[in-house]
Parts: sequence; C-alpha cells; structure tokens
Amino acid sequence: MVIFLSHLVNGVSLGSVYAIIALGYSMVYGIAKMLNFAHGDVIMVGAYVCYSAIQYWGLPPFVGILLSMVVCTLLGMLIEFGAYRPLRQATSLAVLITAIGVSYLLQNVALLIWGANPKVFSSVVGFGSLTLFNGELKITSEALITIVVSVLIMVGLTLFTGKTRMGKAMRAVSEDRGAAELMGINVNRTISMTFAIGSALAAIAGVLLCSSYPALMPTTGSMPGIKAFTAAVFGGIGSIPGAMLGGILLGIIEILGKAYISTELGDALVFAVLIIILLFKPSGLLGRPEREKV
Amino acid sequence: MKKPNRRFVTNLCTYLMVIIAFFVCRSMIDAGTMSRSMKGQLVPICAYIVMAISLNLTVGISGELSLGHAGFMSIGAFSGIIFAGWLRAVVPDVGNEVRLLLAILVGGVFALAAGFLIGIPVLRLRGDYLAIVTLAFGEIIRSLLNLCYFWLEGTDLRFSFGSSPDPAIKYLFNGPAGAQNVAKIPTETGFIGGFILVLVTLFVVLNLIGSRSGRAIMAARDNRIAAESVGVNITKYKMMAFTVSACLAGMAGALFGLNYSTLQSVKFNVDASIQVLVFVVLGGIGNIWGSIISAALLYVLPEMLRTFSTYRMLIYAIVLIIVMIITNLPLVRGFVTQLSNASERRRMHRDGKIRKGDAV
Repeated sequence: MVIFLSHLVNGVSLGSVYAIIALGYSMVYGIAKMLNFAHGDVIMVGAYVCYSAIQYWGLPPFVGILLSMVVCTLLGMLIEFGAYRPLRQATSLAVLITAIGVSYLLQNVALLIWGANPKVFSSVVGFGSLTLFNGELKITSEALITIVVSVLIMVGLTLFTGKTRMGKAMRAVSEDRGAAELMGINVNRTISMTFAIGSALAAIAGVLLCSSYPALMPTTGSMPGIKAFTAAVFGGIGSIPGAMLGGILLGIIEILGKAYISTELGDALVFAVLIIILLFKPSGLLGRPEREKV
Repeated sequence: MKKPNRRFVTNLCTYLMVIIAFFVCRSMIDAGTMSRSMKGQLVPICAYIVMAISLNLTVGISGELSLGHAGFMSIGAFSGIIFAGWLRAVVPDVGNEVRLLLAILVGGVFALAAGFLIGIPVLRLRGDYLAIVTLAFGEIIRSLLNLCYFWLEGTDLRFSFGSSPDPAIKYLFNGPAGAQNVAKIPTETGFIGGFILVLVTLFVVLNLIGSRSGRAIMAARDNRIAAESVGVNITKYKMMAFTVSACLAGMAGALFGLNYSTLQSVKFNVDASIQVLVFVVLGGIGNIWGSIISAALLYVLPEMLRTFSTYRMLIYAIVLIIVMIITNLPLVRGFVTQLSNASERRRMHRDGKIRKGDAV
C-alpha cells in the first residue's frame, strides 16, 4: 500500500511536469492551430540555461530559473517571429515541417554549445524530503515542489485567460481568428504572447524535469515533448484543465505501468490508453466535440 | 491519333526518370567512379523512396497525416529478416535473389495485416487526433518489439515474449538488441531488388491514383460529406489507401533490413517517421515524382554534408526551415500559381477549348 502510494506520488509529480508542458502545447495549438514540435526542445534549452547559470556562473538556483524563463520566453517569441509568422497563410503541414526543422535546429545548436555528453543536473530544490507513515513513505521535495508549482500555474493561467484583456484576446483568437481581427484584436501580438507564455512554462518544466531526472542531453526534451503532446490530446487539445488532467493521468499511468507491469511497456501502455480514450471520446477527455458544417 | 493525356505523360516521365537513374548508378558502379559510402547508400535510398511514395499515398492522396509510418517499416523489416533467416536454415543453398524476394513479400504481408488492424481504430479519427494515434501505434510497435525474442532450433522457429535472453542461444531477433547475425544481401543484388521494388511501388500507386478507387479516395479527401452523399464508401477507400501504404512500407522495410547485418528497432522511431514525412512535404504533397526526388536528395544530403561534420545536421535544419518559408512566401506562391495558370490556359487554347479574348 505504502509502495503504491509512493509510486502514485511519483506518477503525479511526473504527470505535473507533463501537464506544464502540455499547457504550452495546448495553448499554442488552440490559438495558432499548429502542432509546435519544437516545444519539447524549448524545455531542453530551459534546462541547459538553468544548468549553466548554476554550474558555470555560480548564480543561485532561483536566479537560474528566472534567467532560463527569460531566455525561453525570448526564444519562443523569436521562433514564432522568424519561423512560424511567415507561414501564417500556409498549409498546416508546411508549418508542421517547419516546426520539425526548428526542433532539429535547437537540438543541434545545443549539441554545439553544450556537447553530447549528458550533464548531471543538480536539483534546484534545497530542502530534504517529507517522510510519512513512520518513514515508510518518502516524498522527495522535488515531487512536492513540482506538484505545487503545476497547480499554481494552472490556477494562474485559468485566471489569466478568464480575467485579463490579453487572456480574453487569446480566447477570442482561438475561437475565430478572422472575427477577432475584425474586432480590433492584434492577432500577431496575441499569438506572440501565447508563444511567450508557453515557452516560459516550458522553461519551468525543463528545470523541474531535470531536478527529478538529472541527465541532461540535447535530446532530453523530445520524449517528454511527445508525451506532453499526447497528454494535451488526451485531455482535449486547446483546453487548459484538459491539459492538466491529461498530463497527470499520463504520468500516473506511466509510473504505475512501469512499476507493476513492465518497465519496457510503460510507454506503450501510455499510448495504448490514449488510443482507447480517443476511440470513445474522439476529441479527448475535456475537449469540445467539433461539429461539422456542410 | 488521340493525344496522350497529361497524367499519362507525367507518369511515363516518372518511370523513365527512375529507370535512367538506375542505369546511371549501375554504370557508375561498373566504371568504379562511385564512392564506397555512396554505394552503401543505394539500397537505403531505394527503401526510403518507396517509403516516401507510400506515405504520400496516405498523406497526399488520402489526406490523413500519419506520424507512425516507420512502425510499418519496422514490422516489414523484422518479419522479413526473421523469415530470411529461417529460410536459410530450411533451404541452405537458397539464392540471395529468392531470399530477398520472399522476404520482401513476407514483410509486405505482415505490414499489410498490421495496417489493416491499426486502420480500424485509426481511421475513425480525424486530423491531428489521427496523427497522434498513428504516432502512438508507431511507438507501441517499437516497445513491443523490444520484448520479442526469435531464435532457431534446428529448422524450427521459436518465439518468446518478455523473457530475459539466454546467452547460449544464437538469436535471430534479440529484443532491445534487435536483429542480429543477419545474412545480409550483397549491395549489387539489393540495389537491383530495390530498383524493381521502386518500379512496382510506382506501378501500384500511380495506377491506384488513376483508377476509380483512386478518384474515390481523393474525393473522400477533398470533401468527405460530399463524397459520402454521392455514395462513396469513405471507410472502405480510406482503409484501402492506408493498407496499401502500410504494405508498401513493409516491403521497403524488408529491403532496408536485409541490407544490414544488425538492425535495432530504434532505427524506426518517431524521428524516422518524421523524416519520411519531411521527404513527402518537401517533394510536394500528392506529387509522386517529387517524393522520389526529395527522398533521394534529402537522404544523401546529410552524407554530402559530412565534410562539415558537426555542422551538418544544423545545416540540414536551416535548409529545411528556409525551403519551407521560401516556398510558402506569398510572392513565390503567386508566381507559381500564375505560371501554372498560364500553362493551363495555353493548353486549353491549343485544345480549342477557349479562344483568344475569352474570359478565364
């Protein structure tokens, strides 16, 4: 039972990281209607920047996180401006391929700067772990922080999209870009802002991910990126609570599957559950079903 | 005499292009002017050309974005390799040509079956949801392969699932370590086999596109509801395109697999699927000869950039982004549309469908 609980906590913690990444995916998809395959690599860049800030420049972890958020925000806006904006009118497949190109680009630039050898990421959270049940259940501080941070982000984002002017503009653009433009919303600025927020979240996710799983390589971001994309679809792409729910469920399934069924099959299980869910709810758990017009 | 129509001419040119390319490569091999590394690339290039054409059938003709095409390739590759290994144990003096041919057929059959089974759930979904599910299937296939073990006892093929390997057994397929001790087909034979496979693929796909079924597939792509309302069975035709595409990918996989003496399933991950998708999109969606050229060029490009060593993938990425942006610039697009409109007008003018001064 206690072992199960500890797996469950690990699952929720990993799932929270997926959820944070999935939020970025989902927001960008909702507004720009594109699959941003480079999102996973922004995570990796965020983790590397934080690593460099702490290891090479001796900055305190908190400053490292802030720095990586700033760098990723700028990077996200730069990618949007340089690679995706010229393709605003192009087919979605063309944008997808460009996103793949950006993903290769980021990985290879990281390879040139930081090299191929995995870096050991030292955790940014300093305090010890929480022990319950007379020391039988040990919850690491990383897991706790990850869960708390993701809940905060989710609440913050819900408030942001619900209450602020920019947030409302984002929802309007995702609903109907043409109509939003006619109502005087600056679509380019809104999309740019979405990329900025998504990338800042990716930076946080990168730091949290590497605090729990410390090997940092130029390809570190790709698998979590794909899983988070799966999570976003799982919960209903474009929906903020959906991304959160999808991410956490995915993390739990992955960790429990690896623990109780087979380490090899953990990933396969995640994808199998996704397929089954999509068969019964074709637009994800919390997604709105699309109505077709003739 | 009836004038040959345009599609016929395009198809003929596509066949000719492949045949000429084959003979140029052959004569370069005979003359000894082809470098060793280039020669080693010939069979993979053929396999990836087939992959690109078959994915174009799914993405371009049928209009479904698939991100798991490498999964079918891996099924074809490993079933082909295992079959070829078994065949050699049963009939020791079997020729390489026969072994390759049968392996390709077996790979195609297994991939076809997988395509059919996977198609049932996948084709119920639309758009990006379909894309993520194909990606999921690709990854599931890869994970399951990591738990499979195949070996020979005499001439009997044995299989186990999930057990840890016994070092005493000489495995044909050893879970995460992939296929081992493959009796690979020599490059010369493989290249001829690859050339024939490309021609067969072209024949199948081009004829399918031109047939009644092909028109139904494209009608379902262009407007699902309209096609359905004139009596096109959407599921049937989508399934047809998907399974044919999977079968061809499996054949390409068997050809690819028998070119190496060891092969791991990591070779067929999401990145491989995406690479093929890049070939298809850069060659032009729905454009078969474009797929052939872009698959061949883009497969060799990283090799040609080898002199830049560490920068080569960086250059590849930048080329990819720039090509996508340039081909989608409004200026360039407008120019291309104008060109094709002009040639269309000339053709109609020549055929007497319009006269000078008619509004078009």
